[in-house]
Amino acid sequence: MSATTSTPVGDTERVRAMLGSADAGRKRTDRMMTGLIYAAFVVAMIPLVSLLWTVVIRGIERFSPYFLSVSMRGVFGGMDAGGIYHAIVGTLVITLVAAAISVPIGLLTAVYLVEYGRGPLARVTTFFVDVMTGIPSIVAGLFAFALFAIFFGPGVRLGVAASVALSVLMIPVVVRSSEEMLRLVPNELREASYALGVPKWLTIIKVVLRTSVAGLTTGVLLSIARVIGETAPILITAGYADSINFNPFEGRMATLPVYIFTQYRQGTVPCAPGALDCVEDINLMRAWAAALTLILIVMLLNLVGRLVTRFFAPKLR
Amino acid sequence: MAQRIDVKDLNIYYGDFMAVQGVSMTIDPKSVTAFIGPSGCGKSTFLRTLNRMHEVIPGAHVEGKVEMEGVDLYGPDVDPVAVRRSIGMVFQRPNPFPTMSIRDNVLAGVKLNNKRISRSDADDLVESSLRGANLWNEVKDRLDKPGSGLSGGQQQRLCIARAIAVKPQVLLMDEPCSALDPISTLAIEDLIQELKQDYTIVIVTHNMQQAARVSDRTAFFNIAGTGKPGRLIEMDETATIFSTPKEKATEDYVSGRFG
Ligand SMILES: Nc1ncnc2c1ncn2[C@@H]1O[C@H](COP(=O)(O)OP(=O)(O)OP(=O)(O)O)[C@@H](O)[C@H]1O
Ligand SMILES: [Mg+2]
Repeated sequence: MSATTSTPVGDTERVRAMLGSADAGRKRTDRMMTGLIYAAFVVAMIPLVSLLWTVVIRGIERFSPYFLSVSMRGVFGGMDAGGIYHAIVGTLVITLVAAAISVPIGLLTAVYLVEYGRGPLARVTTFFVDVMTGIPSIVAGLFAFALFAIFFGPGVRLGVAASVALSVLMIPVVVRSSEEMLRLVPNELREASYALGVPKWLTIIKVVLRTSVAGLTTGVLLSIARVIGETAPILITAGYADSINFNPFEGRMATLPVYIFTQYRQGTVPCAPGALDCVEDINLMRAWAAALTLILIVMLLNLVGRLVTRFFAPKLR
Repeated sequence: MAQRIDVKDLNIYYGDFMAVQGVSMTIDPKSVTAFIGPSGCGKSTFLRTLNRMHEVIPGAHVEGKVEMEGVDLYGPDVDPVAVRRSIGMVFQRPNPFPTMSIRDNVLAGVKLNNKRISRSDADDLVESSLRGANLWNEVKDRLDKPGSGLSGGQQQRLCIARAIAVKPQVLLMDEPCSALDPISTLAIEDLIQELKQDYTIVIVTHNMQQAARVSDRTAFFNIAGTGKPGRLIEMDETATIFSTPKEKATEDYVSGRFG
């Protein structure tokens, strides 16, 4: 208070003028930048929306409970039949097994790096995780294929081989994202726990992992999203099948991306004129509907992740 | 229940850096001991060595002895986890577990250790600890709400309740009031006076009045210059330290001439 009263009148005037006058140039820049940012947003949305639109419009044609619940067994030519049940099963089984392999390995690696890792071993681990991040998926597929060929003979095609190939791609993503999440847990919480006489391993499980579980879930889901659309490594390792196979340890397996790929490759069917049960572009229609299904599965996964996050996130009130 | 602590020739290191040198002191049971001294002189560091919290920092180690009732806490067969169970700690910044309710925060020492406890025992423990920390009346209707939804002062008292729920013999407090308003500070000072009946309390504070108000004995730490280790300059009855200290540095510090 006393500061304002002791200010000379001229100063007061100046301050008032300064506060009241709007800087026209700055306002213009502000408006321009706002416009630019909105424009950038719209430009970024165009491909996304158009992609979704195309997939939905084309996929919806064949998308039906029937399509979701039958396999391609005994379907040939332009037959107005067949579905993706076997491919959904394959995608879920292979991805689940891949996650079952990668999540423990990735999470434990991250825990090691954040909670225990010191010195050369930690640096080497970090380095190799970085290297793994850059492995092209086809190389991962070849690796898994070669690995299983050693044990089961050349030319073996197994669902679990595909899972191993996907794990090679998943593990670095899980390690990286989990590591970041674990580092976000404030040290104060660890110390609070130690100070209560809680051993380190229990502190890690019940405080560190528990506090970061929402972020960890997001990381795992991201890594799943990263591999669920992989085609090449699965084609190499699990091949393709027309019929349903629940067992990743025996026989070929189809997945949605590979299904899409094979359907697309078959292209249009030359129908004999007047043939009743023949749709010319049935294969392409199936491919689009399968693509739609794949997108829906990923969205469903994200929804589950959101729910987990909401349920486990630290609450304030 | 409360125990006496003897520190003998303790040197404390962060890696190669010696942060505190040659501290010897005795901490009496069922009394309040205050640590004062300028920033960076190693009060927190020394406090954390008393319950082996110092060594959770990579590279940190000590030389010398910290004895509780004659047992060297740094002896080869002493489990740091057990030490921390009998010597509790309250930190400068309140740090309730954000994923836990108020009730679970109080029970954290039990639950995190996977110990079984009956519902009624748990209820009793929660109530007695919260009453002990002067927080019961404020939170008794919202025990299932998250602990991080409390005010800073309430959170700090929650942390005290959490620390006394494991029934330690000694309670270490590192500037427990530095983030609190005068009313919460008074509440905690009253609390310290009550806790003194059962616990040995060591408190670090920058507030001379606080040290004078709550403590029975006061230890003054000082540092000769940056990069030099902190030392214990003098330790005596609080009244003596604040009226007729033996050392010039202590007198200068408590009278506000430096630090
Ligand atoms: N984690 C650490 N690693 C390395 N050096 C540290 C660490 N913590 C503290 N130190 C150093 O140890 C010395 C003592 O620090 P300490 O935190 O014990 O001081 P303090 O007396 O508690 O100060 P304040 O009153 O500001 O809290 C300082 O020189 C500080 O830089
Ligand atoms: Mg300190």
